[in-house]
Amino acid sequence: MTISREDIEKVAVLARIRVDEAQVSALEKDLGNILDLVDQLSAADTDAVEPMAHPLNAVQRLRPDEVTETNQREAFQAIAPATENGLYLVPRVIE
Amino acid sequence: MHDKSVAELARELESGKISSVELTRQFLGHLKQEDEQLNSFITITEDQALADAHAADEQRAAGKATPWTGVPFAHKDIFCTNGVATTCGSKMLANFVPPYDATVTENFRKAGAVCLGKTNMDEFAMGSSTESSHFGATTNPWGLGKGEKRVPGGSSGGSAAAVAARLVPAATATDTGGSIRQPSALCGVTGLKPTYGRVSRYGMIAFASSLDQGGTMARTAEDNALMLNVMAGFDPRDSTSLDRPVPDYTATLDEPLKGLRIGLPREYFAGDLNGAVEEEVRSAIREYEKLGATVKEVSLPHANLAIAAYYVIAPAEASANLSRFDGARYGYRCADPKDLLDMYTRTRAEGFGAEVKRRILVGTYALSAGYFDAYYLKAQKVRRLIQQDFIDAFREVDVLMSPTTPSPAFKQGEKSDDPVTMYLEDVFTVAINLAGIPAMSVPAGFVDGLPVGLQIIGDYFSEARLLNAAHQFQQVTDWHQREPQ
Repeated sequence: MTISREDIEKVAVLARIRVDEAQVSALEKDLGNILDLVDQLSAADTDAVEPMAHPLNAVQRLRPDEVTETNQREAFQAIAPATENGLYLVPRVIE
Repeated sequence: MHDKSVAELARELESGKISSVELTRQFLGHLKQEDEQLNSFITITEDQALADAHAADEQRAAGKATPWTGVPFAHKDIFCTNGVATTCGSKMLANFVPPYDATVTENFRKAGAVCLGKTNMDEFAMGSSTESSHFGATTNPWGLGKGEKRVPGGSSGGSAAAVAARLVPAATATDTGGSIRQPSALCGVTGLKPTYGRVSRYGMIAFASSLDQGGTMARTAEDNALMLNVMAGFDPRDSTSLDRPVPDYTATLDEPLKGLRIGLPREYFAGDLNGAVEEEVRSAIREYEKLGATVKEVSLPHANLAIAAYYVIAPAEASANLSRFDGARYGYRCADPKDLLDMYTRTRAEGFGAEVKRRILVGTYALSAGYFDAYYLKAQKVRRLIQQDFIDAFREVDVLMSPTTPSPAFKQGEKSDDPVTMYLEDVFTVAINLAGIPAMSVPAGFVDGLPVGLQIIGDYFSEARLLNAAHQFQQVTDWHQREPQ
């Protein structure tokens, strides 16, 4: 199992990580080796096996629909890269 | 005082021989001096520690002391600490000061413990050597005597090195594929990864949410029990926390081991296992026989698939968890982003290190359209086969024992260029996380002056039995008391 340059470029876009041209070859090798390692899985017979999501088969708990948390906008926004009037600032999305 | 265990320090404080402020000053002085060559701490919180020590002394004077009141310790820098930088070893969070405490942090605070700072780790807990930290590698105190710079293991290498070097008697840690047990083995300390769901993950920065579990590190099993007493318990703020009663883990430490049934998985005494490590581990198991335990060989037939399943599931979950680091709300943001996509892609390219990016890319690939069934779903099915192996084994025996790692601490730089070689460090530990069961690493000897760890694996919620087995072993051996020179 190998991974192509095109695959890496596509995955980098999906993962929102900029990958420079110079890094692609190294990633091709490293990711190819990792995928070779995990390819051992294909040898396992899992036809009758249910996938496992939680070791003790716990399910998501529900709680009453009540307000339990207080608003801490100031504390949370104090550590943001940029805010204004209680809003998070990011580069312009719509021209 | 820095040689003493948590239990011993608690008695010193209780007797009034020393105050927490005096004790904290001593530990801080020693820590600041010794850590220059280890780099086991990312942040030392001197002022906060002294303030907490004052409060602890007052708490004791008011007759409200717990076994932890005034005792110094450290948190792995993955647990959020209100008002104190929590970096997860990453440039992405180098400037992150959480506005809240993790449940684990809150529990130690309530118990009156004095946190001296935050320990170093592989970036986002992804690694087995603590070399991928944005804040520089941690050095294993063992080997320094011979002038060698060896890794402390990882990802909780800062906690393990700090405990081994007597900088703190105990430190919190986390384990996703071996990150408590492998560094415990390589640094000669005692560490416990509890059952998945036993310790709250709230405020513990997520790597792979179905595998991550907070746990304990100290020199003695007794101190691990004291830590787990504070850490374990149901937490409504963690959606996978389990609501089971929490025993007093110290209450059963002294029970005799007569009749304990030990299983040796033959797959864990094979492959690239170093012969001298195997001899030390077998010799430790003979000690258990002298204590009245019986030993038989067992099999975990799908053991050889654990690494492969882990390196699909962990990166896949990591790629989803780490998508939250986008430069918008907290943490690192690249300079002068042109547009929103440029902000995301450059923030993540610049803020994450090489191994974290590799894992996000592998995980994204494994979850992408057309590959999901072949990788993630397949790995989750294999995970059930691995779990079934353990369920079958625990029908025949009470605990399993094995080496924690195939070899002792390797030199810095030796494996850092080859991710797959580094991944094989976890060959005896990852299956335990996939199954969600608890396991410990206990100091069990030395090879060429470097510590060897015995792994003790138990059934779900058998932490008390594991701690009992480790404690009884430590009554008849002194590997855990050896000090690096």
